[in-house]
Amino acid sequence: MSCKTSTVGSMGIEMIEQEVIERTLAEALKTGGEFAEVFVEDKQSSSAYFDDGKVEELTSGRDRGAGIRVVVGETTGFAHTADLTESGLLGAARSAAAAARSQGRQAVAKKLVDSSAPSPNPVLLLPENIEKIRKVELLKRADEVARNQSNAITQVSARYGDSRRRILVANSDGVFASDDQVRTLFSVACVATGDAGMQTGRESTGRPIGFELFNEFDVEELAERAAQRALTKLSARPAPSGAMPVVIGSGGGGVLFHEACGHGLEADLVKKQASVFAGKIGKNVASELVTLIDDGTMSKEWGAFAIDDEGRPAQKNVLIQDGELVDYMWDGLRSRSQDRQSSGNGRRQSYQVLPMVRMTNTYIANGDTDPQDIIANTPNGVYVAHLGGGQVNTATGDFVFGMTEAYLIEDGKITSPIREGNLIGNGPEVLKQIDALGNDFKMGSPGTCGKDGQGVPVGDGTPTLRVQSMTVGGTAA
Amino acid sequence: MEEKLLATAERVIALGEEGEQIEVVAVHEQETEIRVYEGEIESFTASESQGVGIRVIQDGRQGMAYAGTLDEKILKETLIEARDNSTFGTYDEFVAIAEPDGVKPISLNLYHPMISQFPTEEKISLAKELEKYIRNSDERIVGVESTEYVDSISASAIVTSSGIRRSSYEGGCYVAASSLASDGKDMQTGFGYSIGRNPELLDIEKAGTQASDRATRMLGAKKAQSGRQTVILDPYVTAQFLGIIGSTFSGEALLKGRSLFAGREGEPIASSMVTLVDDPTDAEAFTATEVDGEGLASRRNILINSGTLQGFLHNSYTARALNTISTGSAVRSYNSSPGVGSLALSLVPGSKSQEKLIENIDDGILIQGVAGLHSGVNPISGDFSAGAEGIQIRNGKLAEPVREITIASTLQRMLLEVQDIGSDLERLPMRSSGVSLVVGDVTVSGV
Repeated sequence: MSCKTSTVGSMGIEMIEQEVIERTLAEALKTGGEFAEVFVEDKQSSSAYFDDGKVEELTSGRDRGAGIRVVVGETTGFAHTADLTESGLLGAARSAAAAARSQGRQAVAKKLVDSSAPSPNPVLLLPENIEKIRKVELLKRADEVARNQSNAITQVSARYGDSRRRILVANSDGVFASDDQVRTLFSVACVATGDAGMQTGRESTGRPIGFELFNEFDVEELAERAAQRALTKLSARPAPSGAMPVVIGSGGGGVLFHEACGHGLEADLVKKQASVFAGKIGKNVASELVTLIDDGTMSKEWGAFAIDDEGRPAQKNVLIQDGELVDYMWDGLRSRSQDRQSSGNGRRQSYQVLPMVRMTNTYIANGDTDPQDIIANTPNGVYVAHLGGGQVNTATGDFVFGMTEAYLIEDGKITSPIREGNLIGNGPEVLKQIDALGNDFKMGSPGTCGKDGQGVPVGDGTPTLRVQSMTVGGTAA
Repeated sequence: MEEKLLATAERVIALGEEGEQIEVVAVHEQETEIRVYEGEIESFTASESQGVGIRVIQDGRQGMAYAGTLDEKILKETLIEARDNSTFGTYDEFVAIAEPDGVKPISLNLYHPMISQFPTEEKISLAKELEKYIRNSDERIVGVESTEYVDSISASAIVTSSGIRRSSYEGGCYVAASSLASDGKDMQTGFGYSIGRNPELLDIEKAGTQASDRATRMLGAKKAQSGRQTVILDPYVTAQFLGIIGSTFSGEALLKGRSLFAGREGEPIASSMVTLVDDPTDAEAFTATEVDGEGLASRRNILINSGTLQGFLHNSYTARALNTISTGSAVRSYNSSPGVGSLALSLVPGSKSQEKLIENIDDGILIQGVAGLHSGVNPISGDFSAGAEGIQIRNGKLAEPVREITIASTLQRMLLEVQDIGSDLERLPMRSSGVSLVVGDVTVSGV
């Protein structure tokens, strides 16, 4: 069973007829708006949480509503409603329009044309059709496997989550598209206790597919890795402090690029000069080894979708080619003012908020060096197998991210594990300091990217790579 | 609105079946968000949202369901879903809905009618005024990336089959801005804000000055030398750290063996200058509230008293499991079941201004911002490392700005190394208030 076979109007948001959408758009344009959009969302989610040896609880959720925006010049009026009747939609349209008035001639909405796009991958087993007990069993298995790794594993928690998000986007440019986005996620977190205190290890997997995730992915293996990560850190030394070469393992470090330059290439920030990459198109912004791509079409990757939350088909966009900045990422609002097309990066957390420019799956294309050689050619430094979350100030380019699994490199060999700490760097500087790129490209763990309080699912990936010098923020002198 | 929410919740309770405990939380929120950019409205959002969360417990098993609507038909479906979910929970003798504990909520007057009466045009003006103030404050200000005015009025009700029936009505607003400064070579950013229960209480000048100063004083910043140093945390930074330290006092962390401070009640865990309280009954706190997430009266809880660990925070579940009483510290939103956490943390302020504190430091750094706290702190082991920026302190005076450094220590050591606390208590749009904090022996990594 594929979830993406039917056409707009007959799937997903079937409760709203096309004529109602058309009347809502017309109402939204009445005060002189130049552009109007109706975004309807119906999201079902379920999660199960296992902790301390117990299934703590299953939670089911339902969120449904519509967000309506009206644009006049540089001003956007926005309102949302959970009332999907015609009167609810018209009311929200009037509220949105009230905030975006103009004296200009009233625009007329173009005829709606089905502009849906193919899904990046089929969904075989809709989570809503899976018995809850099967979800619970996965958690129990993960707990058992993690605890069996060692007596030092003192706590295990595991979470299962799925969501089905059906969206319908219609706007006055005639866009009329829908998508049925299913995501399934599983994570395990372990606490190991040793003589020197407690350490944690976490692992997760997630894909924009249904319950078939667990045919492709082994929960036991995930639990084992999470437990081993915590156990490894029990013997970890304090992380060093200061500037040194940093090697980042394949798949574990895509967040580096997400922070170091991804956010800075979002057109909304660029437009306000709040990015160090503003005005740098055509310039060399990175080592020539670096080709950076954002690709919303990647099959089965966490940040993939058929259409973005403005109804644009997902795209593969090359942002940096061999070190040269080729393009930014765009949403509808920012691209319209530049008289160009959106790059399919307009996303929103829910119908209750405005879309903005967001990444999808962001990765560094593969290199050609054997990763073993990269490590062997690094006399001393740090090897980061896995990075945690990060944060960037796009205006200065300064960013940080946490190391959740890292080791010392001594005499060209990976040696002792080191405790958690942050890495800090400056995007434009770090990009130029990448001096080795492996041939072992891998996508990393599913992530949630936060911007302006909105979280959206994103993916990232890299081959093994080396940054000549970065500041490691540990406590060892 | 509160009465309507209570009635809605009661209708769900009435659908309860023999042998089940039910808790219903119903919320309704109105929000206005106005963003301005270069003197024009960039976006105007008027939103109204509602939701219900239902928890069902039968035979020591818990299930939860929520919906972003108060539609009667969906309420019934949500109850059925919560009931079904409860059958999959593991039996736990301590799982139960909170019981009334006889503690009366303190009336805090958290809704000022002025917030509803304030004209929209004037809200827009506040945001525009703030942007203009920042632009005109210093010639090195080259832009204001975002300026916003936000207000919200929220009503909530909680009704349980055990006899709890409470509601609240709260309002709050803030202005915030983020600025860009440049000296032609270097670009720096700063932010400022002001919060209040109604728009008349917002201080545009304070927010504007903050946003401007924070950006301009960082211009030309370089990396600092690596080494161990005394740092003084700006109130905003202290508040961020308090949020993390607060999580180690959660009864849930204690129960699950994840608290740094398990078994240390009555022992010194911090410098004797440190008194840390979680006080949601302090009406000035942004997150002040009369009732907690289970409908019990919120109360003032002392966590650290003059350096000594006083106790932990509990909701009704962790209290039952650990044979104590709830401290009224259940935290939750309608779409989650109650956890445990601090509601409005604050250090008891000291007597010196930030300036005075700086005068007493020969060599150190004033940390004005940290980044990556969510990834760089492990509240279970206590290790932390955060990106930081600030101003070097030499001989008791602010000297050159520094950036792209990290500060690292452990939460345990940080508490013990508190050398002084400022008098400059600052209310922030988060669960903790801030105050200047002098901390010794922090590892600074730069060049």
